[in-house]
Amino acid sequence: MSSVVDYLGPLSAGIGNTLLITFGAFGIGAAIGIPIALARSARWRPLRMLGVAYVELLRGIPPIAWLFIAFYGLAQLGIRVESMPAAVGGLGAISGAYMAEIYRAGLRAVPHGQFEAGRAVGLTESGLYRHVIVPQAIVTVFPPAMTYVIGLLKDSAIASVIGAQEITALALGEQQQSFAGLPIFLAAGIIYMAIGLPLGGISRWVDVRLTRRLADA
Amino acid sequence: MTTAVLFAHWPDWIGDLSGGLLESVKLTAAISAVGLPLGLLLAMGSSLGPRPLRWLSIAVVEVARGVPALVVLYLVYFGLPQAHLTLEAFVAATIALGFTMAGYTAEIFRAGINAVPDGQREAARAVGLRRGQELLYVVLPQAVRIVIPPILGYVVLFFQATSLAFAVAIPELISRAYTIGSSTFEYLNVLILAALLYAAIAIPASQLVDWLERRRDRLA
Repeated sequence: MSSVVDYLGPLSAGIGNTLLITFGAFGIGAAIGIPIALARSARWRPLRMLGVAYVELLRGIPPIAWLFIAFYGLAQLGIRVESMPAAVGGLGAISGAYMAEIYRAGLRAVPHGQFEAGRAVGLTESGLYRHVIVPQAIVTVFPPAMTYVIGLLKDSAIASVIGAQEITALALGEQQQSFAGLPIFLAAGIIYMAIGLPLGGISRWVDVRLTRRLADA
Repeated sequence: MTTAVLFAHWPDWIGDLSGGLLESVKLTAAISAVGLPLGLLLAMGSSLGPRPLRWLSIAVVEVARGVPALVVLYLVYFGLPQAHLTLEAFVAATIALGFTMAGYTAEIFRAGINAVPDGQREAARAVGLRRGQELLYVVLPQAVRIVIPPILGYVVLFFQATSLAFAVAIPELISRAYTIGSSTFEYLNVLILAALLYAAIAIPASQLVDWLERRRDRLA
């Protein structure tokens, strides 16, 4: 029986796609999360309802269902999306909902007086956000956002069900050839942990530095 | 495609999909029955146990949280037969997702145990309770009350995670939707119906969790 070590090499070929799905989806989520968070706290009720509906539906339906809709569902409408873009787009749309909630919590954590003080010293709205609010909110936003990235790393495995050739799909391919499931999926698990643990370490390091920088400012 | 076409077959499919939803709910119950007690044990091991047990519990939690649930599921379903332990798909999914759930909920239980003020433990000892009694009658009842909302939040998350059981051909909700899609080629319509069924359970359930959380914080 071949050992776990033998599979680390072949499965590593999927790391690139795994990272592409993880960070691609996060990038989309981090970007679209901003307008969704704004809609979610808008004064105009229809817009607010739209924001709420987006967040609730994207979070209330399993990722695998969204990936199937992006991959098989859209194809029925004649829109053919390859598995990688479908995975990145599907998980990105979900990330948008989670990131919107993280941004909202970050904005709420900035004391109201900071907004008033910024306006009182004559900052413009954009200056207020750039120099006063965002530097403070980012300290609250960063830890849950990093936790979410690590969660996405694990969710990226779901992309294998629509055929994206990432780590889990390669492991499944090996399994179908050799039926050596034990070492194969152990190797896959080790690779995910080897990516996830340093990510967690980096996030703690940056978090400490961000908190310190804010304290010094 | 018009809306009429989108909804046209929903009445034909709803029976089959409801059966799948029931299977998803059953799987959620089974996963929780494994994952929650195991999560509590891991939390007790990592915050109250002697040092070797503490390290072991922390290592198990790290693995359970660090490896994708789908990979754990494949490992149990395809890997264990190699160790001469062949499991039925439902049992494999219960063990695999239960293990992952234990890793996530252990952190919550641990936070709950740590949130019980030290004075409570000192008082328990002062009135002469043994260590086991102190844990059972003083620490755990308070810890569990604190963690109920976030733990229920994880139950809702794992209700959604039962969709991973598609990968080992358990006839739960998304598997049935996929099967209908592949035989009728009406993927979009049937997937939307399945998605709405998930949402119909998950959204009210997570709102209930939010409400419980707010109520707990108000009473605290």
